[in-house]
Amino acid sequence: MTGQICFLLNDRQVCTSQAPGVSVLTYLRQAERLIGTKEGCREGACGACTVLLGELDGEQVSYKVVPACLLLLGELPGKHLVTIEGLNQAQLSLVQNALVDFGATQCGFCTPGIVVSLTGYLLAGGTDISVAGIKQALSGHLCRCTGYAALQRASAALVRFISQHSHASISDLIALTLLPDYFQTIPARLRQLPKTPSDNGQTSPEFWIAGGTDLCVQSGPRLASAPVRFLSQFREMKGISRRDGQIHIGALTTFAELAVHPVIRQLIPDIQGYMARLASWQIRQQATVGGNIMGASPIGDVSNLLVALDARLILQRDGQRRTVPLQGFYRGYKDTAQHPGEILIEIVVPVPDPGVRINVEKVSKRLSVDCASVNSAIAVHCESGIIQTCSLSIGGVAPIPLFLKQTSAYFQHKPLTKETIQGAFPILQREIAPISDIRGSAIYKRLLARQLLIAHFTQLFPELITVRDFHETH
Amino acid sequence: MKRIDAVYHVRGEAEFVDDAPRPAEMLYAAVFASPVAHGAILSLDTAAALALEGVAAVYTVADIPGQTLWGSIIADQPLLAKDEVTYVGQPIAVVVGKTAAIARQAVNRISLQVEERPPVLDPRQAFERGHIIGSPRTFVLGDVDQAWEQCDLILEGTCDIGGQEHLYLETQRARVIPQEGQALRVYSATQNPYAAQRTIAQMLGLPNHAIEVDVKRLGGGFGGKEEQATLWACLAALAAWRTHQPVELVLSRQEDLWMTGKRHPYISDFKIGVTQEGKILVYEVKHYQNAGAYADLSTAVLERSLFHSANAYFIPNVRISGASCRTNLPPNTALRGFGGPQAMFVMESAIAQVAEALGRPRGEIQSQNLLQLGDAFPYGQRLQTDGVRQTWREAEHIYRLAEIRDRIAQYNASHFETKQGYAVMPVCFGISFTATFMNQASALVHVYTDGSVSVTTGGVEMGQGLSTKIANLAVKAFGIGEQRIKIESTNTTRIANMSPTAASVTTDLNGQAMLLAIEQILARLKSVAAAQLGVDDPDRIAIINEQILYDGQPTDWTWDRLVATAFLTRTNLSAHAFYATPGIGFDRTKEKGTPFAYHVCGAAIVEVTLDCLRGTYKIDAVKIVHDLGRSVNPLVDRGQVEGGLAQGLGWMTIEDLQFNEKGRLLSKDLSTYKAPDVFFMPDEIAIQFLEDMENTTGPYGSKAVGEPPLMYGIGIFFALRQAMRAFKPQGEFAFASPLTPERVLCELYADELKEIAESIS
Repeated sequence: MTGQICFLLNDRQVCTSQAPGVSVLTYLRQAERLIGTKEGCREGACGACTVLLGELDGEQVSYKVVPACLLLLGELPGKHLVTIEGLNQAQLSLVQNALVDFGATQCGFCTPGIVVSLTGYLLAGGTDISVAGIKQALSGHLCRCTGYAALQRASAALVRFISQHSHASISDLIALTLLPDYFQTIPARLRQLPKTPSDNGQTSPEFWIAGGTDLCVQSGPRLASAPVRFLSQFREMKGISRRDGQIHIGALTTFAELAVHPVIRQLIPDIQGYMARLASWQIRQQATVGGNIMGASPIGDVSNLLVALDARLILQRDGQRRTVPLQGFYRGYKDTAQHPGEILIEIVVPVPDPGVRINVEKVSKRLSVDCASVNSAIAVHCESGIIQTCSLSIGGVAPIPLFLKQTSAYFQHKPLTKETIQGAFPILQREIAPISDIRGSAIYKRLLARQLLIAHFTQLFPELITVRDFHETH
Repeated sequence: MKRIDAVYHVRGEAEFVDDAPRPAEMLYAAVFASPVAHGAILSLDTAAALALEGVAAVYTVADIPGQTLWGSIIADQPLLAKDEVTYVGQPIAVVVGKTAAIARQAVNRISLQVEERPPVLDPRQAFERGHIIGSPRTFVLGDVDQAWEQCDLILEGTCDIGGQEHLYLETQRARVIPQEGQALRVYSATQNPYAAQRTIAQMLGLPNHAIEVDVKRLGGGFGGKEEQATLWACLAALAAWRTHQPVELVLSRQEDLWMTGKRHPYISDFKIGVTQEGKILVYEVKHYQNAGAYADLSTAVLERSLFHSANAYFIPNVRISGASCRTNLPPNTALRGFGGPQAMFVMESAIAQVAEALGRPRGEIQSQNLLQLGDAFPYGQRLQTDGVRQTWREAEHIYRLAEIRDRIAQYNASHFETKQGYAVMPVCFGISFTATFMNQASALVHVYTDGSVSVTTGGVEMGQGLSTKIANLAVKAFGIGEQRIKIESTNTTRIANMSPTAASVTTDLNGQAMLLAIEQILARLKSVAAAQLGVDDPDRIAIINEQILYDGQPTDWTWDRLVATAFLTRTNLSAHAFYATPGIGFDRTKEKGTPFAYHVCGAAIVEVTLDCLRGTYKIDAVKIVHDLGRSVNPLVDRGQVEGGLAQGLGWMTIEDLQFNEKGRLLSKDLSTYKAPDVFFMPDEIAIQFLEDMENTTGPYGSKAVGEPPLMYGIGIFFALRQAMRAFKPQGEFAFASPLTPERVLCELYADELKEIAESIS
């Protein structure tokens, strides 16, 4: 117990003495009886419990959209938590009106969460509001009734309307009825909130929490009563920079931040498109690069990419730091070389030589927002048709995000031809050991490994090799 | 007109079962369920659960005073398992505690010893062992045995069709509040309030009148709360009745996934005979339905499979048979389409096989065999519309099918790594409960002295827009403003013996019943008006926009004044009315009759692009022509078509229900069971409604809309198959669903798969 947690809940100040590991969804429905926030899955997959979380950012408050089931009370001190009730006004809001007009509600169970997400998108979008963007805001929502068509019609109409009006400031948005009046007062009121006592004195917690998007799903009920600490207090663990020939990625950098950062985009031009497929818009704003690595899932999407990029992990305990290569970090299923009490601070990626091309591939049952059957990344340097260096990683075919050491080595100094790639197939198959599970049969994953190897080279070097080349004998 | 409940939806104020204020001293229930698919219970130890702080009680079958078996068609399912368990997720005990978290914690402390027996999961295997629920059924038309001789081509095949999770966003739940005496008030998320009422009454040995079931709305049902909501209402009721305290039971998503039944998987063998020209002369099909462990609605689902086995085609010689096969899966149940989709998939597969054998486009074989006005179905009824051919022609015409075909052919000629495909999916779906007696409904209408109107029907609002449509009908019938109408919760005390909200007929049946009730009140009001106006003929009085007209001319009488006057002149302002669909009936001894009031027809074109390197695919467009009759509410109906389509597309492709060899659900949460998301759906969904179609059965000429559009989704299977064929013309592609990216890739690369298998062995 860490004493009172004080925050703004919609239009009022709240201090609770509930444990910091209690989920906001449970708190809202049980303690506050704010029943507009619905429980659909408790794994961040349906969006029915979506809320807004606002944080002071200079003079302004910046809001993000979060599933309340993946948010813990301990993240709330000093913040503004907005539920559907906090968006309600005497008349319907702009978003609410659009959903009503277009018949975009059927059973109504998923609707409040969608209203929150669409509002959050229009609130945070600034000048970037677009029809494609607002579709992203729907990406974390399951609606079993509408088939999303009416939702998309309503969303597109909202984008058209907002684009025709001034929407830069909170008062603009209040005037457009997107938000209730009280939003105007939030920055000042956040500054006046009583400080929640820091939990720094606490000895080693059972759980360190970064974004919590995986931990809340895996260990949700236990978190409520376990000692937990929140990494988000360590602001220095956020952000991306490039110095001394290396890219430094703070462990708390979110998927969303990674996707848009110029340093990363320069490295992997389509990173944004790739990241958009990995997780919903909501989850991307919450899930962290560090969490993806330390979660040690064999199908971790970001960890898989970083394995191919030969990233180093900076781990810290009691002020002592050490550097561990990611390629040797994973020892077995969900088993890593992390020492007890160590925290991942930063990920360091050596800037690849000019000429290195990077590609990421992922195949999942559902194209967007699904776990990989197999994912793979490659960093390859080819000059005059000869492969100079090659670094390949693959997920879903071993207990860990696997660095394909032998397959990678095989490619060195070989000509980039169909024959070379075909020559890698048996090496690849020896290096992997997939098992059959819900993501696919073992043999399918082996086939996928083969296909994704072809995909890497045909994507990166269309001038040298195409998919058709592999079918000439057929 | 907008939905009447949309304002509550968007404000988060729409109330679901557990949203209502909590009564004091309410307890929360959690269910202990079988971890094994088949076995004898040796012992059950609940002592540790009971000892947990905050636990009020643990109940087993021994605590049930009345009947322990239930089921609407065949009462074969134990409310709580007694001596044996027959599926993973079968309830054995119910725990009540001060919070749901405590109750769940206690569930984890229950220990069970089971002597495991091998489970049967395959319906064909169950059939061979004689594990059949009800009796196998066979529909026959013409002379099948003689017809084979006239065929130029005879083909056989097998379909292996996957099940489907309902994935209503609101999981199963109920709240039960004890009343004086033995009575209970039950708030249940059910499509079938009367089933909950009578099953609870039987369980407790009470008369039906002791149990009041009230349903405000459901967060989606899709058939999953028709039969299967009853069990959870019963368990909450048992606990409330025993503790004399309010009890709430809400399944978590994962509990809901593993403890409830789903759409039936089928294995179906077909044999089809055609002429060289592609005219289908004979079709024979045997459906092995995977019913799961208990009867549930399986025999009714199977019956509808038999009705729809020839889908939208006229075939002169048909033999359709099927059996509900008892396996060790959770009891499978209703899901939008109710056996129709599986049967239609088999028919479409047979046609695909014919087209491929004849080297002709599938669409040509389809179109030349479509039903037309007056054609006989295998069950004897004749088609009373030309909607099948009309919607096909319209789709062909307005969406320029020939251009789609040419464009895709050109695309495939110029692309290697990706291929496109399209398919047309015609649907002809019969409307009525196939159990004729269920086609009845009643409604209760009150007009209050302030002119406001209360409407109760036996139908449940579950997102399908029933209450909006009922309100629309009431507005039209009374001639008053929408704000006057309130659609009440569905309640067994106000409406007795109601049929479930199912079979797409709820608006038809309950709308008609309500219109009959309104007719009674209007007749009385018009008599009052005639007397007040001093005229003889009440029939010349009309109410439009709340004005009382005589011979079409306004009078100085308004709705308000008329209602107030009627009250003072002692006129009955309430009416209860009853409706039963006329002209239907089915003789199960002959398997012939007129089971359906009418048929809903339509056609959809589905277009896809396939990534032949990765096995993944994208839906490019779906273009539909659909017959709605005269729509009561086009906004609601469009939503039903789009939503049904999405569910059908998902069922055929990515919704991959998997059980392991021990009968345990592998797709056990939403990270492993993927339903369509916004990016799965195509950017283009075009829907054209046929105009001016007659329908004498539906209220104001409208037609049922709930289920038929789901079956448009079947088209995606054949569109993908066409794209696969374009990449690998000689490939062997199974008629197995869902057609996941895994299945696609493994079929496109069957040779490479063999090589890999050999290389690692």
